[in-house]
Amino acid sequence: MIVRPILLAIAFAALVPAAEAASPAPPPGAVSCSGCHPASKAVATPVPRLIGRNPAEIEAAMQAFRSHQRPASVMDRIATGFSDDEIKAIAAWYAAQKD
Amino acid sequence: MTGLLRRRDLLMRVAGAAAAAALPVPAVAQGAGGQIVVIGGGFAGATCARTLKRLDPRLAVTLVEANRGFTACPFSNEVVAGLRDLREQEFDYDKIRGEGVALSFAAATAVDPQGRAVTLADGTRLLYDRLVLAPGIDFRWEALPGYDEAAAQKMPHAWKAGAQTLLLRHQLEAMADGGVVVITAPANPYRCPPGPYERASLIAHYLKTKKPKSKLIVLDAKDAFSKQKLFQNGWAALYPGLLEWVPLSAGGKVNSVDPGAMTLATDFATQKADVANVIPPQKAGQIAELAGVADRTGWCPIDPLSFASTLQPNIHVIGDAAIAGAMPKSAFAANAQAKFCAAAVAILLSGGSPLPPKLINTCYSLVAPDYGISVAGVYHPVDGQLVDVARAGGTSPLDAPAATRALEAGLADAWFRTITGEVFG
Repeated sequence: MIVRPILLAIAFAALVPAAEAASPAPPPGAVSCSGCHPASKAVATPVPRLIGRNPAEIEAAMQAFRSHQRPASVMDRIATGFSDDEIKAIAAWYAAQKD
Repeated sequence: MTGLLRRRDLLMRVAGAAAAAALPVPAVAQGAGGQIVVIGGGFAGATCARTLKRLDPRLAVTLVEANRGFTACPFSNEVVAGLRDLREQEFDYDKIRGEGVALSFAAATAVDPQGRAVTLADGTRLLYDRLVLAPGIDFRWEALPGYDEAAAQKMPHAWKAGAQTLLLRHQLEAMADGGVVVITAPANPYRCPPGPYERASLIAHYLKTKKPKSKLIVLDAKDAFSKQKLFQNGWAALYPGLLEWVPLSAGGKVNSVDPGAMTLATDFATQKADVANVIPPQKAGQIAELAGVADRTGWCPIDPLSFASTLQPNIHVIGDAAIAGAMPKSAFAANAQAKFCAAAVAILLSGGSPLPPKLINTCYSLVAPDYGISVAGVYHPVDGQLVDVARAGGTSPLDAPAATRALEAGLADAWFRTITGEVFG
């Protein structure tokens, strides 16, 4: 229970190539999100944080934006640019990020 | 790891050779993960330096920036229009330094791509394994006869935020009601494609509320521009008879200016102005040319798989200076490119290959303080160019109610707080 996060931290620091299974490298598209979705809890914004969020929630929201089922400002236009697999990978990556 | 050790050994040998030859040697911490120099402390460079250090604390990251503070361009049009204080645009590098990034407050004067060294104005030489150039823009003064740095004191560009922003604001405040304000918009490409039109909107708002007998003329070197229909609908609704846009095809291109006479000459007419905001043609910041990474267009071609220069080895170019295909020259794009580039550089230094990116841009503009509009895009590399992902992206709806415009104005504000918090906070 203690060793595992340390190993992950080492892997993250080393930034092993993304092709390897335990890759911590952000999947395509993920790093752009924090331009609007704050990494910090201190920012006053109606836009929700993604870090540590349930991946199923992120995935469901992206799917709803993509199919125009959920009211949006820019997220419907952005979600349309991502495949199911890309959405899954981004959701999983944000869910794994820690404060 | 062996790759890293070899690079480090090589670096030590280079430093040793430099010392033996009595050349100045940088006092840079020898990180185990490699040395990275980032030139330019704007949305691209400051983001990249900070992200690199967070990704791998062993990296020795030096951020080179000529100024001790940063003044943000997004929202500076609100400062011009008297709606916002310039202090809200000002940021410093204390938090970035606090995370272990070394700051060098000096202009970079030379880059030696073969020797992998940067020279600063104070003579310091910084060696690097990878160099990230984020120099933003410089003006092509020679491209507009009559316009130079002295002329910009009479006809401000206000396209680099700071003293120029306040100069334009003060000129508008000093102008009598009934005056003529002229904005010149350049041909593509340039920093912030919708920026001249947001500025026109907010100056029109200022005139409408404070000096309603005045007139605003936009002389444009183009026939089309970003979010055009949204802007034009907003202008027709909010500023009828006040704001006139003159496209290229109607003689909008300004060929020369005379700051003494306060006139701007087009093919067909000489326009007299009480306040003239000349947004000149642009190119990548000068260090890009000195480093040999700018091409004949004045901008920097890159490989979108890592934002590596296609002209020089071990140098990456991000932000406004880069030729990023369909991606506009925006703060959001610069920040997104910087985060991707930081990860790509760290992966390359550890011997890996970065995955092809997907990048996003989101850009809000204000047509009035409570009237926001947006454009978004998603981009991916195809045949070495960043292109729009099909069917993604687009602008706000043309027929939205006032509540939608107000919501997007609020989101614009929130975006500024979020992105400046991520970069500088």
